[in-house]
This record gives sequence, structure tokens and C-alpha cells, in this order.
Amino acid sequence: MSTVTAPTQGAASQGAVGGSTPGSRKAPITYAVLGLFALVVFGLLGQPGSSTFSVSTRTDLFQITPIGVPSRLTAIVLALVCLGLAAFAALRAKEGRRTPGWVAGTFAAAFVLAFLTWAVAGESIPFTGLLQGTLFLAVPLVFGALSGVMCERVGVINIAIEGQLLAGAFLAAVAASLSGNVYAGLIAAPIAGVLVALLLAVFTITYAVNQIIVGVVLNVLVVGVTGFLYSTVLTVNASSWNQPPGLQRIAIPLLSEIPVLGPVLFRQNLIVYLMYAAVIVANIALFRSKWGLRVRAVGEHPRAADTVGIKVNATRFKNVLLGGAIAGLGGAFFTIGAGLAFGKEMTAGKGYIALAAMIFGRWSPKGALGAALLFGFAEQLRISLGIVGTGIPSQFMLMTPYLVTIFAVAGLVGRVRPPAANGTHYAKS
Amino acid sequence: MKLELRGITKRFGPLVANDHIDLVIEPGEIHALLGENGAGKSTLMNVLYGLYDPDEGEILVDGTARTFAGPGDAMAAGIGMVHQHFMLVPVFTVAENVVLGHEPTRGGGLLDLAEARRLVREISDRFGFDVDPDALVEDLPVGVQQRVEIIKALSRDAKVLILDEPTAVLTPQETDELIGIMRQLKAAGTSIVFITHKLREVRAVADRITVIRRGAVVGSARPDAAETELASLMVGRAVSLGVAKSPARAGDVRLQVRDLVVRSATGQRVVDGISFDVASGEILAVAGVQGNGQTELTEAILGLQAHVHGSIELRGTQLVGRTVDQVLEAGVGFVPEDRSKDGLVKEFSIAENLVLDLHDKQPYAQGWSMRPRVIRENAERRVQEFDIRTTGVELAAANLSGGNQQKVVLARELSRPLELFIASQPTRGLDVGSIEFVHERIVTERDNGTPVIIVSTELDEVVALADRILVMYRGRIVGLVPGSTDRDVLGLMMAGVPVDEAVAQAAVHRTETTAAGTEQGGVL
Repeated sequence: MSTVTAPTQGAASQGAVGGSTPGSRKAPITYAVLGLFALVVFGLLGQPGSSTFSVSTRTDLFQITPIGVPSRLTAIVLALVCLGLAAFAALRAKEGRRTPGWVAGTFAAAFVLAFLTWAVAGESIPFTGLLQGTLFLAVPLVFGALSGVMCERVGVINIAIEGQLLAGAFLAAVAASLSGNVYAGLIAAPIAGVLVALLLAVFTITYAVNQIIVGVVLNVLVVGVTGFLYSTVLTVNASSWNQPPGLQRIAIPLLSEIPVLGPVLFRQNLIVYLMYAAVIVANIALFRSKWGLRVRAVGEHPRAADTVGIKVNATRFKNVLLGGAIAGLGGAFFTIGAGLAFGKEMTAGKGYIALAAMIFGRWSPKGALGAALLFGFAEQLRISLGIVGTGIPSQFMLMTPYLVTIFAVAGLVGRVRPPAANGTHYAKS
Repeated sequence: MKLELRGITKRFGPLVANDHIDLVIEPGEIHALLGENGAGKSTLMNVLYGLYDPDEGEILVDGTARTFAGPGDAMAAGIGMVHQHFMLVPVFTVAENVVLGHEPTRGGGLLDLAEARRLVREISDRFGFDVDPDALVEDLPVGVQQRVEIIKALSRDAKVLILDEPTAVLTPQETDELIGIMRQLKAAGTSIVFITHKLREVRAVADRITVIRRGAVVGSARPDAAETELASLMVGRAVSLGVAKSPARAGDVRLQVRDLVVRSATGQRVVDGISFDVASGEILAVAGVQGNGQTELTEAILGLQAHVHGSIELRGTQLVGRTVDQVLEAGVGFVPEDRSKDGLVKEFSIAENLVLDLHDKQPYAQGWSMRPRVIRENAERRVQEFDIRTTGVELAAANLSGGNQQKVVLARELSRPLELFIASQPTRGLDVGSIEFVHERIVTERDNGTPVIIVSTELDEVVALADRILVMYRGRIVGLVPGSTDRDVLGLMMAGVPVDEAVAQAAVHRTETTAAGTEQGGVL
């Protein structure tokens, strides 16, 4: 055996010295370019004056005075932090070692803060509000991405997330309005998602129709059906059909008093708390449990799962329905979660962004949460800065969420690997 | 445990894959199931493992009839199977793969990975497998992956272990190790069904041999039967196993490869700075275990690889940087390793496949239009010449057997004057009869004065054809040795051992196996 390993090491080290993985150089270069951009545009070309971040809400137990910082100096310091991280990443790449994960996170935070100080120079921005808005916008994305994770981990591509969200939003509003009870809506929403998922499962698993085509068709179907019912029933008799009560905010004692994070995380409604639970449970179940091992085996190598007695298509079917229920529940956030009436096509493409969040999150619930928060933040930033009124043209600001999505999925993630059997139909030979 | 199959019949439409097969596996014996590809061995084992329902016949375990609705039932009855294509999840660890389907839990449905690791270590230590339970399966060499499969079966208390073509993916040394493992398992009381078409291995390890041809048992043999006898039983007629070939009359050097580096899409140096020459009228065999850069080497010559550095000169013409079309124009004939994917368009007719690279040239085309009559006439001639068994040249290539598909590819590539002929795995998956034919044609091409490069992972083929042998390991040349080099030496070189060391080690190895052989009453 020793004779076999000796040349192996030789070949391996040779490859590393030769810088044989060009991908490893991509990150430091991206960091350096962005860092320089931040230094020049946000720092050196920035306006003098100070940027103010208010971090407390009026009802907080501990009041923190708004933080004002000199705009240019802060942006320059943050840009230098970015460049330092770029240098560190370059050093690691030169040594042929992996750049640790915290580098990307810290870089992103420093870059965004530099951008913020520049953008709100001479103005004030409510920092807590920014984070609250981020979470608010991220909730449906998290549910949608979790739904995607559940389906794709067993090898079924769920393009129908959009439709499931919309169906959930619709049925939640209608059920809550008709019964006058908001919890009826909370129960009805997952059922709506499951119904859409059932169609997806029957066509893709039982009848082996192409998963993407079925998904797209289902989205169109749900848009059509809800749109039709909206204009025929919901608008005609809006008071009884489309005036759902909203879910109450529940402040969790003590936790909600934590400065900054308390109001953001722990003064939310039931759906948000369910989301925390869903992410934690899904993450543990998927990677630590017997169920999760089998689910992942089905998505990676269905035939191997079959040969050890796991029922492949039954597992797929159940998971697709589970995914539908999760997305449906997420849909409820649009209506009863936000205290709004149902509106035509009100999910507005969130299902597709959720799909991107799932990919960015590398098919894990934890990652999906992070990705969804990032997308939510980008969207909220646009809204907040629009209110503050910066020098940036609003059309450009409208692009940010999508730009972040594209950069996130294409550039910073590196090579992602979906479940190997994703999108394939499994039939016993 | 005694396992008996009685009158097993399995039909797929009009095709009878298994025709009243009777088979008895006694406790603690190694029972070899010998047959060509497509003879019905795997179908039979899939019936036994519960993957197929037999149309007729019964399976008896210790004298009682059993039916298996799925692999779960078969496993519960003590039958384990190591599939030809491993049933392992590449991104899982060894421990996760072993326990999949019968996971130990710690309450609440959470996996007990500590118990899983213990299970792997216990079985691994018992047989001296040396498998790390926390290693990712995709990082392991195939030989070790196979051991993981064996551990997987043993962890479910398999009393009968089915090994489906287990040596197809192994180096000769790994094959020797596997044979050692099989003997160990047998000593521990496990019965083994050993499915293969390789005569040498059967004779080395089997207690009994059952030969299957065209879905039916055609006889049984003792392991001391001669190879030619087994081969003729398997094929149904007398076959010659060697290749009749006169010594090479190598002429001047035609192909010069210098410092060739090929990088994969991810930047790895899959071919790592190799240089060699091929002269006219000689066969250079490139030997090595699958995935050591041979595929990329041949594809680089043809112009199919994207990141190629160095020089490839064919009669002074630089081929690096040329398009595939220009390389073909320069007179390179190429038989790809996966004929059904890269060698043929399966939906096209045989006649069309025979002019795939010449369809736009004289005489097959005239200006913008093709000339179907000329193409058909050409096809009829080639079918005759290359003994392609078909009912018509307008039939889709998909209808042909593997052997006949390969003949189509050969016929196309050899039908024009060549400056260089490259064949990658020319006989993979072919029956003995077709192998004979393909080898003859390759030798004929050599005798016509064409330089020939053969890439093969089969030592038998390398030894049979080569005038010189180039052994590759991890993208580099381990050594360039004469065609008469000893098999053991070649096997060691394929594992990366340099020539001198391999010669020394092989000498020791031989004395050891001779000693062991007299004890075991078999010859390796």
C-alpha cells in the first residue's frame, strides 16, 4: 500500500504548486476590485458630513441614542477593511489553502456598511427598521426556499413554489375572511400548497412528465385560477370574501427587549416564529436524522436507495407534499401575516427568488435562511434609501435585489452541487 | 445457508433472458457464474435479489420456497449483492452508506453515527479491510468502494454474497486482493456467487463453475478445466484466445508527442507532461486503470480537449490547436471508448453511421446534396467486409448488438487511408467472438504500416496486442516497456510503481503466490 500512496502525494502537491485551480483566484480578485471601488467611490469621492443610524425604536426598554459617524472617514476605514480581507484571501489562495467562510461574510458586511454610510451622508436612516423590513421581506422567501429544499433533496425540481405561495396566500385570505378566524387561514394555507404539490407529484412522479414543464404550467394555472376567482368572487363581495383579519404580533418577554435584535426578531407574528422553528427542525431532520439520510439518498442515488429497501417514489411523493405545505404556509404571510387582502398575482415572482435562495443556500435550510435574508436586505435597502432620498437614480435602486441575486448565484457561491438525481424520473427497471 | 434456484424463467417481451435456469449454491462455496455479456447472468441475479419478478420458477432458501417482493426481502433472507455499478451514495460517508436503510438511532429518529462507525470498524477489522468510516465515498478508490459494498452486505448478515462482475473496475493487484477477501469470506462460512466473464479469475477462485449462454445453463465445469474449454462452452464454438500476430516491423517515427499537458475544466493536470513516439507499423498500448488520463490523452490528439499545451506532431504537422475536422483530415482514425455515446448516432441508420465523418466529401456528397445510392453501396460493402450481422443497412444502429456496433465504428474509421489509428477500449463489453475479430483488424491495420495507439484497461488485451506498452498513472508515464513484459510487473506499474521496483516486487509476489497456490490447490 505504501508504494501506492507515495506517487499519489507527489502528483497532488505538484498540482497545488502549479496553481492548478484557477477558481481559487477568482474570490480575491473580486474582493480587491470591490474593495477599491468602495475606497474610491464611497470613501474618497464621498460627501463630507455625517451619517446617522438610529438603532432604537421608541418602545424599547433600553434607549440607545442614534449613532452619527463622519461619512467619508468611516467609508474609507470600511473600504480598507475590505482591501485587507482581499489581501488575506489572496494570501490564502497563493498558499493553496481554502479561504475561511467568515471572510466572505465580513467582507459583505463591511462593503454594505461602507455603501450605507456613503448613501445616507448628511441624512439619517433607521437601522432597526432596515432589519425589520429585511426579515419581513425574507419570510416568504425562507418558506419558499425550504419548500424547494424538501423537493430537490429527493430529486424533484419544484418550480411551482411561486404557485404554491400564491395559492397559500389566496386560500388563507379566503378562509380567514369567511370564518372570521385568522387561524382558519393559517390552516387553510398549507392545504392550498399541498393541492398544488399534489398535481406536481402526480404528474412528475407517477406519470414521469418533465418536472420543469409541470412546474411552470402549475404556476400559470394558479395565477389563472386565483385571478379568475379574485375578479369574479373576491371583488364582487369583498367584505365577506376578502377582508381577512391579520395575525397579532406577539412580543416574547425578555427576548424582545434585547437592543436592536429584540424588536427585529422577537416582536413578530406566529408565522415568523413558525419559520424559525421550521428552519431549525428541517436542518436537524435533514442532516442528523434517519429520515434525512433516506431523503438525501433518494435525491442523490435513487437506485442505491431502492436496493436497500427504501421506497423511492413514495419518499419523493411525501416530500413534494411536505414542500407544498411549507410553501403554502409561507404564502399565508402575504395576506394574513401582513394583514392585507388578497391581490392579483401578489407574490410577484417571490417564488422564483426563493428558488435562487435555495441554490445560493446550497440546498440546506440554514443556507436558504441566510440567502433569503440577503435578498430581503437588498430589497429593503432599496425601499429605505428611496425614502431617505440619496443621489442614486431610483431605476438603479430597483435593480439591486436582482443584481444581488445574480451576483450571489453566479459569482460568490463558487461551484454548487445540486443533489445528483435532481430533475430525473425514477422507474424500476 | 443453502440457496437453490429452480426453473427460473424471465422474459422481457419476446426476449427470454432466463430460460428455466437451475442453480444450487451450497453453504460456504464460491460458485462462479460464467457467461458472456448479455447471456442473462445479471438478470438471474436481479431475480434472486428481488429486483425482478420471475415469470416461472422458484427460489428455495434452506429447502423452503421464498418469494422476494424487493431487495428488502432478499436481504432479510440473508442475500447480499455487490452490484457492478456500485450502489453507494458518493456524497455520503462510508458509515452513512453502510447503515442506509437499517439505521441505528438514538431516539427521536436521530442517527446514531457512533454506532454506525463502530459497525463499519468491526467488520472492517474482522477482514482487515482498512476502511475509514468517516471518509466520503467519492474520495475513495474503486477498490475500496467495493469493500464498502461488501461491508454493507455483511452488516446485514448476508449469508450469500452475490458479486456482479466485481473485477471489471479493478487493477490486477486489487483483483488479487479481492480474491483474497473472497477466500476469507468463504472460510468464515459465507457463500459467494461470483459473476464474471473473465476465465482467469474463475479458475483462480471458484469451487464450482456454471456456464450460461443465451439465458440457459449450458454446462458446469471444474475450476481445473482449461481456459479454452471454458471459452468454447461460453461462446458455443471453438475460439482462439490469443492473437495471431507477427513481430512488428516498426518503420520511421510518425507521431511525436512532447511535454503534453491537458488540464480539466477544474484546472487539474489530468495529463501531466508526457512525451512519447509512435512509429509506423507498431502498436503502442496505453495501459492504466480507468481515469488516469488515457481518455484525455486520446481526446487531446483528436482535438476534443480544451486546455492542451505541448506538442503533438503527426508526420511534422502540428495537431495541437487544430479542430477535430482538421485532425481527421490529417489522417487520424479514432474509435472512442464509449461507442454508443461518442462513436455512433444510434438513431441514424447503419449506412449513415458508416459515413458520419465523410458525408460531406466525395464520393458521398455532390455539392450541397448527399448521394444516398453511393452511401448505401458503401454500407453494403462494409457490412460484408467487416462481417456486421444485420438484416439491412437502413436499420438504426441502435438495433445492433454491442459487438456489431463496434464493427460499424471500426469499419468507418478504417475505411479511409490513415496516418494514425487510435482505438480506446476497442473491445469493452464485447463477446469473445467479436474481440477476436476486432483484434485481427487492428493487427491488419498495423501490418499495413499505420502507427496504432490502443488504450485499454484490460491487461489481457494490452498483452495480446501491444508491441510496446506505455503505462499511465495519474496523468504521467510510469514506464514505457516492451510488449512482452510480465503481467505482474504491468499490474504493479498500473498502480504507480516504477518499472525497476515493479520487477523486484513482482518476483517476490510470484514466489509467494506459488507457495500459496500449492496450499490452496489453485493457481493464480
